Amino acid sequence: MMLSGDEDEEKWLAEGIAGVQHNAFYMHRALDSNNLREALKYSAQMLSELRTSKLSPHKYYELYMRAFDELRKLEMFFKDESRHGVSIIDLYELVQHAGNILPRLYLLCTVGSVYIKSKEAPAKEVLKDLVEMCRGVQHPIRGLFLRSYLAQVSRDKLPDIGSEYERDAETVMDAVEFVLQNFTEMNKLWVRMQHQGPGRVREKREKERNELRDLVGKNLHVLSQIEGVDLEMYKENVLPRVLEQVVNCKDELAQYYLMDCIIQVFPDEYHLQTLETLLGACPQLQPTVDIKTVLSRLMDRLSNYAVSSADVLPEFLQVEAFAKLSNAIGKVIDAQVDMPIVGAISLYVSLLTFTLRVHPDRLDYVDQVLGACVKKLSSAPKLEDSRATKQVVALLSAPLDKYNDILTALTLSNYPRVMDHLDDGTNKVMAMVIIQSIMKNSTCISTAEKVEVLFELIKGLIKDLDGAAQDELDEEDFKEEQNSVARLIHMLYNDDSEEMLKIICTVRKHIMTGGPKRLLFTVPPLVFSALRLVRQLQNQDGDVAGEEEPATPKKIFQLLNQTIETLLYVPSPEMALRLYLQCAEAANDCDLEPVAYEFFTQAFMLYEEEIADSKAQVTAIHLIIGTLQRISVFGIENRDTLTHKATGYSARLLKKPDQCRAVYACSHLFWVDDQDGIKDGERVLLCLKRALRIANAAQQMANVARGSSGPVVLFVEILNKYLYFFEKGNTQITASAIQSLIELITSEMQSESTTLDPADNAFFASTKRYIEFQKKKGGAMGEKYDPINV
Amino acid sequence: MNYLIGAFKPACNISITFADGKNRKQVILKLMWLCLRTSIFACCMKSVKVLILICNVHSADGDECVAICVYTKVPLKKENGQTIMVPLFQSQENISGKISIEPVLGKKVEHNGVKIELLGQIEMYFDRGNFYDFTSLVRELDVPGEIYERKTYPFEFSTVEMPYETYNGVNVRLRYVLKVTVSRGYGGSVVEYQDFVVRNYTPPPSINNSIKMEVGIEDCLHIEFEYNKSKYHLKDVIIGKIYFLLVRIKIKNMDLEIRRRESTGSGANTHVETETLAKFELMDGAPVRGESIPIRLFLSPYELTPTHRNINNKFSVKYYLNLVLVDEEDRRYFKQQEITIYRLQENS
Repeated sequence: MMLSGDEDEEKWLAEGIAGVQHNAFYMHRALDSNNLREALKYSAQMLSELRTSKLSPHKYYELYMRAFDELRKLEMFFKDESRHGVSIIDLYELVQHAGNILPRLYLLCTVGSVYIKSKEAPAKEVLKDLVEMCRGVQHPIRGLFLRSYLAQVSRDKLPDIGSEYERDAETVMDAVEFVLQNFTEMNKLWVRMQHQGPGRVREKREKERNELRDLVGKNLHVLSQIEGVDLEMYKENVLPRVLEQVVNCKDELAQYYLMDCIIQVFPDEYHLQTLETLLGACPQLQPTVDIKTVLSRLMDRLSNYAVSSADVLPEFLQVEAFAKLSNAIGKVIDAQVDMPIVGAISLYVSLLTFTLRVHPDRLDYVDQVLGACVKKLSSAPKLEDSRATKQVVALLSAPLDKYNDILTALTLSNYPRVMDHLDDGTNKVMAMVIIQSIMKNSTCISTAEKVEVLFELIKGLIKDLDGAAQDELDEEDFKEEQNSVARLIHMLYNDDSEEMLKIICTVRKHIMTGGPKRLLFTVPPLVFSALRLVRQLQNQDGDVAGEEEPATPKKIFQLLNQTIETLLYVPSPEMALRLYLQCAEAANDCDLEPVAYEFFTQAFMLYEEEIADSKAQVTAIHLIIGTLQRISVFGIENRDTLTHKATGYSARLLKKPDQCRAVYACSHLFWVDDQDGIKDGERVLLCLKRALRIANAAQQMANVARGSSGPVVLFVEILNKYLYFFEKGNTQITASAIQSLIELITSEMQSESTTLDPADNAFFASTKRYIEFQKKKGGAMGEKYDPINV
Repeated sequence: MNYLIGAFKPACNISITFADGKNRKQVILKLMWLCLRTSIFACCMKSVKVLILICNVHSADGDECVAICVYTKVPLKKENGQTIMVPLFQSQENISGKISIEPVLGKKVEHNGVKIELLGQIEMYFDRGNFYDFTSLVRELDVPGEIYERKTYPFEFSTVEMPYETYNGVNVRLRYVLKVTVSRGYGGSVVEYQDFVVRNYTPPPSINNSIKMEVGIEDCLHIEFEYNKSKYHLKDVIIGKIYFLLVRIKIKNMDLEIRRRESTGSGANTHVETETLAKFELMDGAPVRGESIPIRLFLSPYELTPTHRNINNKFSVKYYLNLVLVDEEDRRYFKQQEITIYRLQENS
């Protein structure tokens, strides 16, 4: 049906055009023969084609343009009195004899334009008459086009300042009055279109109206082009009149378009100076008007204007642009109760953008905007609308982007309050944005207070929010989030140890609330951050010692102890163990034997009670051995206890090769290659021998279990340990012992039952080569190696 | 054959000329000069086809006199549909001229007397052939006798009272005619008619109120209209406006019509004939409440006559402005108002 409707319309248009052309042909003939009577007759008939009601605005425009072109020729004819012999005044009457109003008024406008040009009557009078007579056409589309024709022909004939039609008696006001009146009437027709016509679908009508809007808007454009419209007149006359019309028409489409039009066609400084009036109209508009777009365009324009030149800034201050805008937005939101929350928020976003651009120094403004936003948000339930949350994110991101500095945002008291209104997901997104901003700008947050605020902001990442359903979080996202938090912790830093301690405490307080899943990520950075402080304190040791010092390593270690303990509930004993060892080592550096001992105790307890997995045990024991080896602070007794424990655990590992390796590693516990390190050659040898025994046992076990002996690599490894201590001057390690070990290995390797691993072979070969090399090198070492035969 | 022709042809030719031919040139020149100073000429030129300007002059000098005596020839529609140009007079004018009678083919004409009558007649078309003479003046021009050759008789009717204007309506006609009768016994009288037109001018009325009225259909349509006057002259312009107080119907357009109502006869025999002389579109489309639509209607393009009220108890011609609103279902809503039309002296 739709299609046939369109086809019909095509047909009607074609008929209309044919009618115009037909009559235009006769009109031309009349014009050529200077026959006024015929010219009037045929031009009226031609214009009668415009009386159709069948065409949509689009098609009607096409027809109108045809007639328009023809009327130009007629106008030329009218202008030349010698051709028709009738004075312009008589002509003005003559065309009014036409019986049909539409052709009559088109002709009247055409003659009227000639009349003004002739200057036989004041332009003002003629214009007034024309605009008044046009009232006769009340049909929206026909009326709009007729008045648009009037606007078109009168455009260059307005009694504007400097125009040839300006007379003493005629002020610019007449020109303005004329345009305003035409505008008002056109707008009324345009609005009326919505309520008239056949019961066509609303959307179609709206579409048609949209096609016509520029006809109406053109009047505003003309107004803005009138030289004589200065600020004074704009303020006193033009704007109030236009706004009155806009408000009174009570039409959504018109209000939106016209407001936008006003903003676009008049100069920036006018807007700035009439801000109050312009904004005053906003709350009076229909609730469905997309006022946020209007206002944001206004603010865009104004902020561009502000940025364009530094000279205009004082004007902004003088007119209190911000306060007015802010006020207006508040009023609009209050007035439009049905406005979706997203609309309100995006208004605030625009205002914020404006503030940031125009008054970057006024943080209080920013805070004010956020405060208003909080107020709005708190009146509604938590945000569900994804578009709204998007806007809130934009709102919150704007200051970050502008200042490139989270510190600024932290001073905004309303910032966290806005975040409170976000749903958890968005809250996290926002928190990530904040962290990324910090990372990107390497912002160092240096006071506990700010840290407190910051953590309040990103609490979505720090802990599970109340009532939040434990949705199945994407594991990867979660990891990334928590890694970000971990990175963030390193950005919290102050050189002043006292403050730093406070920071650490604050951080600790927050991350402790995070639950087991997060602790795994957040505790390590905290521990290392604390350890850094410890080291720092240690460096400045001396000058502050003895005083009532709040930040002492001891205190920190206590804190750390408690902190690491929490990991047990995660549970993540491996991580805890590592951290204990780290702390122990740090305590060692601080010469705090009891502390270090305590940490070791904790580590061992963990090992005993929590670490059951054999692989984890192997890793743990090696870590323990390694750490213990480096620690020098222990007295003999403590050390003995710990080394004893360590060797004991080593020997009790599950797998023989693991036992063997742990045991030979323990040998290092007794031989610290320092000046005053412990050097107990005997116990080293004991360890190594024990390792050999275990290796042997492993070999045999393999024989029994699989029928082939195990790899010889354990022996080669032990050989290397022998060589190490041999070189270090352990007298318990003799050349002969080494010799016999080599032989043992050689024979093992030749044994049939041995499965040969090329890597083992190569290892052994290179060990032997090393011995050869040492021998050949000569010197003390060469002599020492001499007895060994490979 | 000649005999036959002679039998049916009148025995003589009668021509009637108005007594101004000799002055014509002079008068026209004077008139032209006069018109340069006044607007008469322009007005005349514009309104009707002025072909001849003839003056009936008593004293040949003086602008005033010339001006008063100017008459025009105006078109007059005859019964047979032809339009002829006839002289124009007004009441109280002298109507004079001469009659010349010329026997056909040199024969003598015997007659029982020659007379000229000035008749004002009202003719009802439904009562065809029955004239009612409301004015009848007679001048005897000759006593019975014989005419041998062309003979000329001057005649004059002085300050003739001609209160009614010439009128050509649908059912009635009012005409003025000069009738020359050459009375003859057996051969039948020879009669010649010469029509002329009478127009009477009225000074502008001293009281001329506007027409203002509020009309409507309850809860449907309320309008208020105003015409600036109630009495208009023939070249006048009607100015006014229509103000919509309430609109609940879908109006398509609004026209202003000028209607002429001619009533003839009296009592039970009254015939009323209404014609729409002008249909002038005032508004296109549907207005809303509060809209006010201007009216500006020039009367000059239309063929109007003055209002005639009860002319000799025979007929009346009245004019009405009819405001018509048409809705989308083509229903018509109208309000008719009588206006008076008068003829204004054009140089006044």
